[in-house]
Amino acid sequence: MDLTIRFAGESGDGVILAGEVLTYAISRIGLKIFTFRTYPSSVRGGPCLYQLRASDWHAYSQGDQLDILVAFDTEAIASHSKDLKPDGELIFDEDRTPKTYSSLRKRSLGAPFTSIAKNELRLPKARNMVVAGYVGAHIGVSKEILEEVVRNKLGSRGEELLNTNLLAINTGFGLAPKATPIALPKTPSNKIILSGNQAIVLGAIAAGCRFYAGYPITPASDILDSMVSLLPGFGGAILQGEDEIASLGAAIGASYAGIKSMTATSGPGLSLMTEMMGLSSMAEIPVVIVDAQRGGPSTGLPTKTEQSDLNHAVYGGHGDATRIVLAPGNVEDCFHQTIRAFNLAERYQLPVILLTDQSLAQLTEGVPMPDLESIKITEREKAELAEIDGFRRYAVTHDGISPMTLPGEAFGEYVAESVEHDEKGRPSFGPHAHSEMSAKRFRKLTTATKELAEDPLNVMELPDPDADLAVIGWGSTQGAIHEAILRARKNGTHVRWLQCKLLNPLPEAQLSKFLKGAKKVLVPELNYTSQFANLLRARLGIDAISLTKTEGLPFTPDEILRKIEEVA
Amino acid sequence: MQSNLVGEYRNDYNPNWCPGCGDYGVLRSVGMAFQELGLRNEQIVMVSGIGCNGRFPHNFKTYGIHTLHGRVLPIAQGIHIANPELCVVGIAGDGDAFAIGGGHVPHTARRNPDITYIVLDNGIYGQTKGQPSPTTPLGYKTKVTPEGNQEDPIDITRLALAYGVSFLARGFPGKPNHLAHLIAEGIRHRGFALIHVLNPCPTFHDTWKEYPAKTVEIGPEHDPNDYDAALGLIGRQDKIPIGIIYKQTRPTLAERVRVTSLQKLELKQVLSTFR
Ligand SMILES: Cc1ncc(C[n+]2csc(CCOP(=O)(O)OP(=O)(O)O)c2C)c(N)n1
Repeated sequence: MDLTIRFAGESGDGVILAGEVLTYAISRIGLKIFTFRTYPSSVRGGPCLYQLRASDWHAYSQGDQLDILVAFDTEAIASHSKDLKPDGELIFDEDRTPKTYSSLRKRSLGAPFTSIAKNELRLPKARNMVVAGYVGAHIGVSKEILEEVVRNKLGSRGEELLNTNLLAINTGFGLAPKATPIALPKTPSNKIILSGNQAIVLGAIAAGCRFYAGYPITPASDILDSMVSLLPGFGGAILQGEDEIASLGAAIGASYAGIKSMTATSGPGLSLMTEMMGLSSMAEIPVVIVDAQRGGPSTGLPTKTEQSDLNHAVYGGHGDATRIVLAPGNVEDCFHQTIRAFNLAERYQLPVILLTDQSLAQLTEGVPMPDLESIKITEREKAELAEIDGFRRYAVTHDGISPMTLPGEAFGEYVAESVEHDEKGRPSFGPHAHSEMSAKRFRKLTTATKELAEDPLNVMELPDPDADLAVIGWGSTQGAIHEAILRARKNGTHVRWLQCKLLNPLPEAQLSKFLKGAKKVLVPELNYTSQFANLLRARLGIDAISLTKTEGLPFTPDEILRKIEEVA
Repeated sequence: MQSNLVGEYRNDYNPNWCPGCGDYGVLRSVGMAFQELGLRNEQIVMVSGIGCNGRFPHNFKTYGIHTLHGRVLPIAQGIHIANPELCVVGIAGDGDAFAIGGGHVPHTARRNPDITYIVLDNGIYGQTKGQPSPTTPLGYKTKVTPEGNQEDPIDITRLALAYGVSFLARGFPGKPNHLAHLIAEGIRHRGFALIHVLNPCPTFHDTWKEYPAKTVEIGPEHDPNDYDAALGLIGRQDKIPIGIIYKQTRPTLAERVRVTSLQKLELKQVLSTFR
């Protein structure tokens, strides 16, 4: 089974909530689930879309064409019918679209959702739940599971509201033509449904983050929202900065004083944070920065996805600055790479940038319940203090890592320095200090390359030593590429694939091993200037074929499959 | 030049300021304030920006961060939130605090972190060798304003009161004991204390002769808890009043953001709500 359903309407129609109820219900049945949404850029009004894909095989991406389009209004039919499969079905609201509407296709199912909500339920806003019940029944989800989900979602919002919504679900359920129920698997699913942003917040908390500072920006704002609802419960604190400079500054200050800290932003904010990233590199203060990328440059495409901040993350800013850049490939990865980001920041005392993008930040997936006991946490190396003065905060060590102290610890006093300095942190502009300290700081990245050489979190791969064609992707394109590779192989095309999650420093050993014997390299990425292909060229001397897309939307598996078959 | 800092806070470090720089006096006053309060070295964090006073923290055997131009306050606030027990002292020039970093002041004031912010106002950009700053007097000749400064200066104390700082004082390094007392009171105050220092720069804007004649100590008749009286005081045309101008008690930033009454959460239980 592999079912792609799109809910489309106006923002304010409850489109997203209807889709979410079905998502949770289908996940409880045990199917793999993948969802994708777009928001209008204004608060009210404007079209919005929620797409869910459910499958018992794999659902790594939002899918290609639609099996079912659920249109809340006529405009949704007009703009989305083209994405339906030839035998796809349309579910529409008879109160909003007359049955005589010319674009209705053969397989159209209508019901008077608006008037039922208004006249029978006396709660016009419950229309979306009538629709959810209808669609649920139509695809074979049981009434009990739908009710469980609604109770879990709305249970805390009061008896009356819950009962009306349960009634709405039931009414919709009763209206739909009967369908064969989806068979329940023997073991019920223990998955949780998370967005990329939620997984990052939970990963940060698991890693020990206890201070978050941020300035609102799409598509990173819900990290701030989730942090506000969770972090205080763990004894943490939140600050909404007056801008991104202040936000990262506060995070760096808190980290200097011993609290693991994070900020999250999108491209315009990352630009402003650049000077603070340099401070974190120079003064060697651990900090985690999440960049949920959107289309750029400038204000760009606030609500649309892109992978065009890679250059900025890896190279942005003046001077030779140390940093680590990570890019999770899916929602589950967001959780684990965030924990890793904190561990690496603490270990190597530098900024770690976690690159996601609008699609990954806001899509939801079923994620296996994380095993909290198995999570390993790294803390910064603490200096052993003797009762003597002259603590050498920036001691030149063989691995580049100099033990730290925290304000409050006697005999550990030092000044964290933004200007070039000697081992004690005293400003020093001589030729010796700058070359010695630059080398010391960059030695940490050499150490990181060594210590992380075999780390399975660096890459995800489907190797094939006999395949001439190698595909290398990064970040959120993982799902679409994964699916394209499986389909290509099914069609008999030999292809190998690696998704890179450690972007700076690159996992060179793993990449070279993966590429051994490959004749062509294809690099799909969502930007105009082939930023990752260029990085691979600069660092590994690889001449890659680039597949780019700048529509503000993720790749579909089909787009990648076509390119694979073209170049293989 | 030799450090003129006394006591257990003095580090083996000598400042590189011009002879006669007001910063020496301020340095001495800050040390005296620490002494008066009996602070332990490890309890103090000095946060400086970029300018002649940027290396201020190195003079002290305390913790510190020498940050970026204009960014003292965000970093100081992070430190305060992380550990409210620390004594956080920010130090910045007038350009650092009110040109490039001016956007942070109102937001810091409304959050009221327990930070003492010493603004060394020499009415010039000293470090970059004499360009006009936001407090350079109208008509003052600098290398960028050979015909005299064409822009009106801002009034730091007026802005501070408008922004809502919870403690405001003004001092002059020509009166080091008085200044030390103001700084000590600023540190003692639980909240955001801004100390406006009228700081002579003998190289680019020498006010050593001007200020002793122009300034007047605020007397006991002034009630610093009275906002209107504070406004009236700084509005004086004849003299520049020095002393404690305004004082108010409000919750600090750490008290605001660290809500301890909240229900404790368990990550395992939080995760299970996403089913
Ligand atoms: C982003 C940035 N812009 C410019 C500078 C150059 N700069 C260093 S100090 C300074 C002005 C300092 O003036 P002020 O803050 O009044 O302190 P003073 O040196 O007079 O004590 C400038 C412009 C810098 N370091 N960083």
